[in-house]
Amino acid sequence: MSKILIIAEHDGSILNSSTAKTVACAATIEGAEIDIAVLASTAGPVAAQAAELESVTRVLILERPENEQAIAAILAPQIAALAGGYSHIFGPSTTFGKDLMPHVAALLSVNQVSDIMAVESSHTFKRPIYAGSAVATVEAPGDSVVVGTVRIASYGAANGGNSAAIESADVSADLPSHTRILEVQSGVSDRPDLQTAAKVVAGGRALGSEEGFDLIYRLADKLAAGVGASRAAVDAGYVPNEMQIGQTGKIIAPDLYIAIGISGAIQHITGIKDAGTIVAINKDEEAPIFEIADIGLVSDLFNTLPELIEAL
Amino acid sequence: MQKILVGLKRVVDYNVRVRVKSDGSGVETDGVKMSINPFDEIALEEALRIKESGQAAEVIVISVGTGDAQQQLRTGLAMGADRAILVESEGSVGSLGIARIFKSIIDRDSIDLVLLGKQAIDDDNSQTGQMLAAIWGRPQATFASQVEWNGDKAKVTREVDAGLEITEVDLPAVVTVDLRLNEPRYVKLPDIMKAKKKPLETIAMADLGVDPGPEIKELSFEPPAERERGVMVDDVAGLVAALKDKGLA
Ligand SMILES: Cc1cc2nc3c(=O)[nH]c(=O)nc-3n(C[C@H](O)[C@H](O)[C@H](O)COP(=O)(O)OP(=O)(O)OC[C@H]3O[C@@H](n4cnc5c(N)ncnc54)[C@H](O)[C@@H]3O)c2cc1C
Ligand SMILES: Nc1ncnc2c1ncn2[C@@H]1O[C@H](COP(=O)(O)O)[C@@H](O)[C@H]1O
Repeated sequence: MSKILIIAEHDGSILNSSTAKTVACAATIEGAEIDIAVLASTAGPVAAQAAELESVTRVLILERPENEQAIAAILAPQIAALAGGYSHIFGPSTTFGKDLMPHVAALLSVNQVSDIMAVESSHTFKRPIYAGSAVATVEAPGDSVVVGTVRIASYGAANGGNSAAIESADVSADLPSHTRILEVQSGVSDRPDLQTAAKVVAGGRALGSEEGFDLIYRLADKLAAGVGASRAAVDAGYVPNEMQIGQTGKIIAPDLYIAIGISGAIQHITGIKDAGTIVAINKDEEAPIFEIADIGLVSDLFNTLPELIEAL
Repeated sequence: MQKILVGLKRVVDYNVRVRVKSDGSGVETDGVKMSINPFDEIALEEALRIKESGQAAEVIVISVGTGDAQQQLRTGLAMGADRAILVESEGSVGSLGIARIFKSIIDRDSIDLVLLGKQAIDDDNSQTGQMLAAIWGRPQATFASQVEWNGDKAKVTREVDAGLEITEVDLPAVVTVDLRLNEPRYVKLPDIMKAKKKPLETIAMADLGVDPGPEIKELSFEPPAERERGVMVDDVAGLVAALKDKGLA
């Protein structure tokens, strides 16, 4: 039987949807018994949300003031101390999980299985490599704990409706003071979140400026869509970094993805491959994005977008 | 700060369209262009800038791999690193093993700062730096897009899903870098000549006495699920109709 511990991602009050997707992945392991650990300064509200997730047996609370912010060097020793008795420890493959889970793995003297996209058996998984150009089937050793991150675009969120037991866990761990978070700058917007939005509109280098990107926002507003960008658009300063989609940005799986003035480099494509319908608007009919688009339109975006915004 | 260690991994160049071998035993690497992992080049550039600003004495590049990785180390020396270390391994070594190798060099050479890429673009693991920080018991600042060095501390701007996070770490520390940190310099011909005379030390992995830990086995490889090429529409009206047809507009 597999006993799985999942590390909750949250902002202190709201459980991130990445956790429900990580649970969905863990639940595909046969005979899985799933616990969720909530590390926080005040864990109550987040623990309550975690307890609602289907397939979860217990929610373990690790409350201490140092857990106010997610610092890997502070969270990891507590998770490692809690690890005894678990066959698997999973976190989401978001920047939170990517930062934290390898630290946990090293404390437990194992390698990490990164970006699990499918479970073949309790110790065998599929994961993308080379920016998604290949899928590897990998096997973690049977006699040590499996530490892994879950590629959240590969899973839907686990359902709610459960009421798992919530318990306090007591671990002793020496915590360092060598790392301090000074400031968090998040571009709070009232647009749908890029990673959970059903529709996403993204712009590339072709938008030409921050002002040019306004066309993308206007189209997104018409569709109630989230907004993303290629790396070239972020590098050029048209939009902030959290909007980047791709190998080194966010991996998304909306029902509808519209790429505008984006050429379709492999590093970008890997972030959108799981979208339901891909639409591409590009003035170059040879652009690689058309090779994977379900609906393509060869045209100049500056003519097309105002017309499209009008027509919708 | 005295010594900076930079990891340079030899990987398939990012411009190559990687293909899975027809028998599923791996990806095609024969005759394929190999380069320094792009993130590692940025890590090295950062190290060189720290040294040039008078805040470090020596920049050391390290690679774990086959003898071929000498090429990438020579490129690193041509960019401006002072010396190079090749840890020669037979098979591929997992991230835990790489982190343990780095730790043994840190102890041997009294390293003050380690700069790595945030991920290697072949395995896309994104774990070596975090593992090293854990083993070393020192701070980690991952996904750095801006770094300010202030004596015994560093202020690191990190690219996280929510936006930017500014973290302060005490040194020594491990920093893993993102693409926007800087733009690496080009190497000039005279530098390539000069680099030939710089020291490149080769160590057999076995001689380091490092236990790589339990490895994750790669059983097989397959191409990703293909997406079919869809339909082309002629104009906005056609696009709107196609979207309506799918219930998306
Ligand atoms: C290690 C590494 C990681 C990377 N990670 C990422 C990543 O995570 N995400 C990412 O996106 N990229 C990533 N990249 C960069 C990637 O390789 C491409 O450079 C980038 O995606 C290109 O962005 P773009 O399509 O906006 O720009 P371009 O490639 O310049 O394409 C612009 C497109 O706009 C079209 N166009 C121009 N004018 C118009 C117009 N008026 N109307 C309509 N179309 C027009 C052009 O025909 C062209 O196809 C990475 C690169 C490396 C090396
Ligand atoms: N074999 C290697 N040789 C040198 N550096 C490496 C090696 N493997 C990993 N690294 C470093 O660790 C970073 C992260 O790699 P990974 O954890 O494999 O994604 C890379 O960008 C390199 O800086």
